[in-house]
Amino acid sequence: MKDQQVKLEMASRRRFLKGISAALGGLVVGAWLPPMAPKSAAAEAVAQGKASLGDSLADGFGAFVRVGHDGRVALISPKAEMGQGIQTGIAMMVAEELEVGLDQIDIQEAPPNAELYTDALLQFQATGGSTSTRYTWEPLRRAGATARMLLVRAAASVWETDSNLCHARDGKVFGPTGQKISYGDLVDLAATYALPDDVILKRPEDFHLIGTPATRLDTPTKVNGQAKFTIDLDMPGMLITSARACPVYGGKVRQVDDKAARRVPGVRDIVILEDVVAVTATNTWACFQGLKALNIEWDYGANSKIDSAVVDQKLQDAIQRDGVVATEKGAIDASLQAASSKFEAVYEQPFLSRSPLEPMSCVVHVRDDGCDLWVGTQVPGFAQQTAAAVTGLKPEQVKVHNQWIGGAFGRRLDFDFITQAVRIASKVSYPVKLTWSREEDMTHDLYRPQYADRMTAAVNGEGFPVGWQHRIAGGSIFARYVGSLPASGVDPDAVEVAVDPIYKLDSLKVHFIREEPEVVPVSWWRGVGVLRSTFAIECFVDELAHNAGKDPLSYRKTLLAHKPRVLTALDLLASKVAWDSPVPRGRGRGLAVGEVFGSIVVTMVELSAIGEKGVRIERLVTVVDCGLVTNPTSVKAQMEGGTLFGLSAALFNEIDIKGGQVQQENFHAYRQLRISEAPPVEVHIVPSAEAPGGVGEAGTALIGPALLNAVNATFGDRVRRLPLVRSGYFIA
Amino acid sequence: MLTLNVNGTTHQVDVPGDMPLLWVIRDILKLTGTKFGCGIAQCGACTVHMDGKPVRSCVLPVQSVAGQEITTIEGISEKPLARKVQRAWLDHEVAQCGYCQSGQIMSALALLNDQTSINDHAIDLAMAGNLCRCATYTRIREAIKDVSESVGVWQP
Repeated sequence: MKDQQVKLEMASRRRFLKGISAALGGLVVGAWLPPMAPKSAAAEAVAQGKASLGDSLADGFGAFVRVGHDGRVALISPKAEMGQGIQTGIAMMVAEELEVGLDQIDIQEAPPNAELYTDALLQFQATGGSTSTRYTWEPLRRAGATARMLLVRAAASVWETDSNLCHARDGKVFGPTGQKISYGDLVDLAATYALPDDVILKRPEDFHLIGTPATRLDTPTKVNGQAKFTIDLDMPGMLITSARACPVYGGKVRQVDDKAARRVPGVRDIVILEDVVAVTATNTWACFQGLKALNIEWDYGANSKIDSAVVDQKLQDAIQRDGVVATEKGAIDASLQAASSKFEAVYEQPFLSRSPLEPMSCVVHVRDDGCDLWVGTQVPGFAQQTAAAVTGLKPEQVKVHNQWIGGAFGRRLDFDFITQAVRIASKVSYPVKLTWSREEDMTHDLYRPQYADRMTAAVNGEGFPVGWQHRIAGGSIFARYVGSLPASGVDPDAVEVAVDPIYKLDSLKVHFIREEPEVVPVSWWRGVGVLRSTFAIECFVDELAHNAGKDPLSYRKTLLAHKPRVLTALDLLASKVAWDSPVPRGRGRGLAVGEVFGSIVVTMVELSAIGEKGVRIERLVTVVDCGLVTNPTSVKAQMEGGTLFGLSAALFNEIDIKGGQVQQENFHAYRQLRISEAPPVEVHIVPSAEAPGGVGEAGTALIGPALLNAVNATFGDRVRRLPLVRSGYFIA
Repeated sequence: MLTLNVNGTTHQVDVPGDMPLLWVIRDILKLTGTKFGCGIAQCGACTVHMDGKPVRSCVLPVQSVAGQEITTIEGISEKPLARKVQRAWLDHEVAQCGYCQSGQIMSALALLNDQTSINDHAIDLAMAGNLCRCATYTRIREAIKDVSESVGVWQP
């Protein structure tokens, strides 16, 4: 399964990449093609981590690891830190193999360089899709191990002994008679050696750091106010800017009366672009006041006629059609004809905003000879490309200084705000820091698509599905991000999981029915296609179990006999929650299981009914098998946070459109779970020696279906549309 | 000119009186540990102390706080109780992205400064105004409980 999953991802990313070059074709040509371009042997070696230390010891350049004369290790992180703890995780991988302490490592942000920092799973330089640990696991450990081998060889040479008689520990090499030399003193000699061909990685049983609950490297400054995010940066001569884009997507500025805005103390310039008006000022408040004082006449355009009801109706119609067939296994039509019964249900999910707590922000300085961007981004290469396209500079003239990100959830996979910041900065002579208001941020997000899934199962005499037809309707993120769909006409992200469900089925047919909302751009979230498919499948299987009068856990186990790891996870959950013992009166338990992002997750929600529609979450338990764990603390934290992030959305969240405008402007209208409403999340990790899986989005994927299945178990009400509050329920 | 007392230092600031305290702190005094999240007192990222009480600086006109003692996240590290809170935040690995945590810590510290008896309900009341999009709530609760126990005010 994992191989298949990775292959699918690779295939889809390859298509993705071809599309990306088409999408950027109008703006940028050539510079951003490396994953498909032939690599020099040297570049290949560096990317694999082989050359990193040798080059760094020579004079400073290594893809991932550079050891200094002072013995400190610079780790050039190919992954952005947005709270997932990845920079600590990869530091642990390097430190483990290099035999240094975590406190000897200094993390630097990787610059845009697709040749060196392309994520092999994503096929471009990006942080997302729960790939970071899966991708870095091999090359980063290899980088550390290579460095260690060269340093040991250097020490052996100094002592005129055999490398095999020496070993490394705590940043030093120790010899056979108790000699020791610090890494810093070996750097120059080690740099003269050719790279070893036979880099040997440690065996998991020899790990002393990987697998331990290491303290995060970035958190000490996050508890004393010293941590800097993009929004906190200050540069000499910098002014603040804030912008208002047309409230309707696709609309334009018709005319602007800026007389009142110019009178606001602190306001310097008004920048009028085709679809955006920006104010620059000496402080953020003056920017906001200046924007309020602008009298802008907009040409709203065609989208101003679209309301949520229009989007709804289009999806309702679309889901009744057949679409492009994403996969077909066995003969579903024959299965449906021969089945002793059929069952069909439609599941719906709304537009969602990412709304990280740090509003979109970007510092830009555009000069004749170059451009600097200081910005927290999941896609430094795209940041560079868009700045080059706007300014007419060459990509190599654009420097990207990546920053810690104050929450992303996919938001900073988009670079619309970077493009906007560079457009504004190009009109003024000074550096600017773009800071969006929350209202601008929420109404000019790009949104997780609204989707409908129609599932039709052929059910045998024992109540189990022989096969099913799964129709998926909605906008295509892939097409928006890349510029077009692959030639197949199938959005590879949208159908993920659906085309390879974990359950054993004789026949399966999946349709992708593209129905673009047009009214808002669609984009990534904390998991997209995986979440959507998992939601539909797990609600549907729960219904099938219910229809068959069978226990939903044992029903799933029957369909999962070919998945021993999944069965282990299910059994662990069953024992942790005493599944076989009866639930107290007025309570119900819901379950969901999935193989997502290379990990196996089982989530259980127990609810009690308070009156007719009051929901109290009594217990929330999740079991994860994510293979070999680097940092168990981070795995737990991601499962806790990811699950509650998904719970917030499943309970409350929906973006509405009226007159083409997003109606939710701030957190009073786009409600987030608060501490008083947040249940503890019990996380159990299955011990495993399998290859690492992703955990950033894994918890988010299972909570939605587990919640709705629990609602059914508690209230006898099969809700098929998110969010739950839409059906009249409330948190009691 | 307005006179402001922030973290024990007196500042003269030349700003409009209706400028929220948040922007004076961040843009004029360059203390960026206090964060902007919503601008309407919904998220708590901008929480600072005014005479020891937690306030949302994004909606507090600066002219209304003249003469009061303002404390930001940068001004707490000398206080033993604050150090305990920061330590607990690290021991429990509370922070994920970390953006909201200055506000969380300021709210938690105000609770611990103020109350002689803390339980889960008190934590709910004191902390419900602070959003965390990474949803680190379980750990925030554990960290506050930990400090409450260590100073003898935890009364479940």
